[in-house]
Amino acid sequence: MNAKYYGKLIFELSHSGRRGYSLPDETVDGECQLPASLCRQSEPALPEVDELTVVRHYTNMSNNNFGVDTGFYPLGSCTMKYNPKINEEVCRDRAFNDVHPLQSAASVQGSLEAYYDLKELLAKICGMADFTLNPFAGAHGELTGLMVIKAYHRSRGDSKRTKIIVPDSAHGTNPASAARCGFEVVEVKSKPDGRIDVEELKPLLGDDIAGMMMTNPNTLGLFEYEIPEIAALIHGCGGLMYYDGANLNPLLGICRPGDMGFDVMHINLHKTFSTPHGGGGPGSGPVGVRAGLEKFLPLPKVVKNDDGTFAVEEESADSLGSISAFLGNIAVQLKAYAYILTMGSDNLKRVGPMAVLNAMYVREKLKSKYELPITGVCKHEFVFNGLRDKSTGVTTLDVAKRLLDFGFHAPTIYFPLLFHEALMIEPTENESKETLDEFISVMLRIADEAQAEPEKVKSAPHDTPISRLDEVMAAREPRLTYRQLTDNPINA
Amino acid sequence: MAKTLEGLYYSKSHEYVKVDGEYGYVGITDYAQQQLGGVVYVDMPETGDEVTAGEEFGAVESVKAASDLISPVSGEVEEVNADLEDNPGNVNKDPYGSWIIKVKLSDKAELSSLMNADDYKKYEESLG
Repeated sequence: MNAKYYGKLIFELSHSGRRGYSLPDETVDGECQLPASLCRQSEPALPEVDELTVVRHYTNMSNNNFGVDTGFYPLGSCTMKYNPKINEEVCRDRAFNDVHPLQSAASVQGSLEAYYDLKELLAKICGMADFTLNPFAGAHGELTGLMVIKAYHRSRGDSKRTKIIVPDSAHGTNPASAARCGFEVVEVKSKPDGRIDVEELKPLLGDDIAGMMMTNPNTLGLFEYEIPEIAALIHGCGGLMYYDGANLNPLLGICRPGDMGFDVMHINLHKTFSTPHGGGGPGSGPVGVRAGLEKFLPLPKVVKNDDGTFAVEEESADSLGSISAFLGNIAVQLKAYAYILTMGSDNLKRVGPMAVLNAMYVREKLKSKYELPITGVCKHEFVFNGLRDKSTGVTTLDVAKRLLDFGFHAPTIYFPLLFHEALMIEPTENESKETLDEFISVMLRIADEAQAEPEKVKSAPHDTPISRLDEVMAAREPRLTYRQLTDNPINA
Repeated sequence: MAKTLEGLYYSKSHEYVKVDGEYGYVGITDYAQQQLGGVVYVDMPETGDEVTAGEEFGAVESVKAASDLISPVSGEVEEVNADLEDNPGNVNKDPYGSWIIKVKLSDKAELSSLMNADDYKKYEESLG
């Protein structure tokens, strides 16, 4: 992958007295005005390095990075799509960048207009009445959405509803968010075809059900065909339907959660709407609600005045309150706004079909060597249960590690938990047929290697800066700072 | 292939009970530890707590996943395996030696609803 592995820490480059700057000796006039108890007694243990060393260090470090800008990143359920550079340009515009959240609304009309327009666009795309863009991430959106459900039941004086139904195929964040919001989590099982079992759902229903969380298509990449029936059952017992928007990508512009009977939902702007993901930047988890639930959305809210100007509403009797400082990650919102506007509605409608086509293409090309537990049409992603031939002892983990040798990011592995050797691939709509073909040929080659020379796969990766990490030790005895290293000269 | 031991009782959620007089030693099976991978933490109840058959009594956390522990039997926790606090990896090394809790069995009849080694082996195979 990298021609030369660079593995130093900046502290290891430190030499006493080296500097990358030249300042006057006396930078502070007179005595320090701080109380003595607050003054540092010794020099800070910072690395002492010259500018060229710093530049080489961080440039070499960045070359060890792997991102969607460097290679194919088929991480299932994460929608690692390309982050168009125009998004970055828009959000770095000084008109957006040089403002402060405490400025008067009159002086930040442009930012407020972008916020307002984006929430209106998302509402239209999802078939919802209104959106808040305040939550900082997907799981934060889930929590906010569940707080809306709680506020709704409370407003009706209904305090019996203590349970949230979550399918066994759900993302782990669903039960976690529900528990964090004070709900009891009730699991509903999937049928052998990977979809929710409506017959298993029925006996769980009652007047203690606050709602049900669903991802559609689900984490196996399968569309839940029985969604109207499921929504009718939940609504019939007085609960609300929550849509986890993690897998919204294949439905974009094709069908809408609001039309499927969902009442509350979140979107991951850092998945479907092309903003950077993971280490690439902060997330954003806007929450949408159907008509009648708008008043419960969190504060502050951006509203449009009759004269076309925008204002920030800080108080409201019914709102669940504040869940964020100010209006969320504005820079991320601007990137998603730029994405929607540059794509336009016609191109947005092509995202889902292309994502599905790419996933189906890879799946069909690989299913001769990898076990496909659930057949039928998948959406934007699919799950293999490891290699077809398991007799060699080569596991999903081994396959994922071996992929790194060929310059591909590993897929999601061991999730969802429905299969022991789950290997979950999501190519996204961005990838060319050439890239997919290259990935397919490498995956087939690994399957052949598993037969011919299993040890090579079991001991992979071979060509990466470091091979397999001791994950147990990393979890049990993490060394997170340079100070924790025993041979650290700074400790000496 | 995962190991099973004759004479133990096995649950569908992959816990075993080794009965010794009035007591039952509860742990997770070899199959369970293989599926979990490297165990980094075992969340155990306290001595004196009551456990109920079919209900959660703790959790095992591995590098791959966190899994609830479901008690195959009911009774009072007589002792927990404190050694696992510092050496959770023993669950991987020796699952049948590394019991998690010792329970004073309140209803030995519950054992009849559990599987023997042969049945558990067949059950494992059915899971693929």
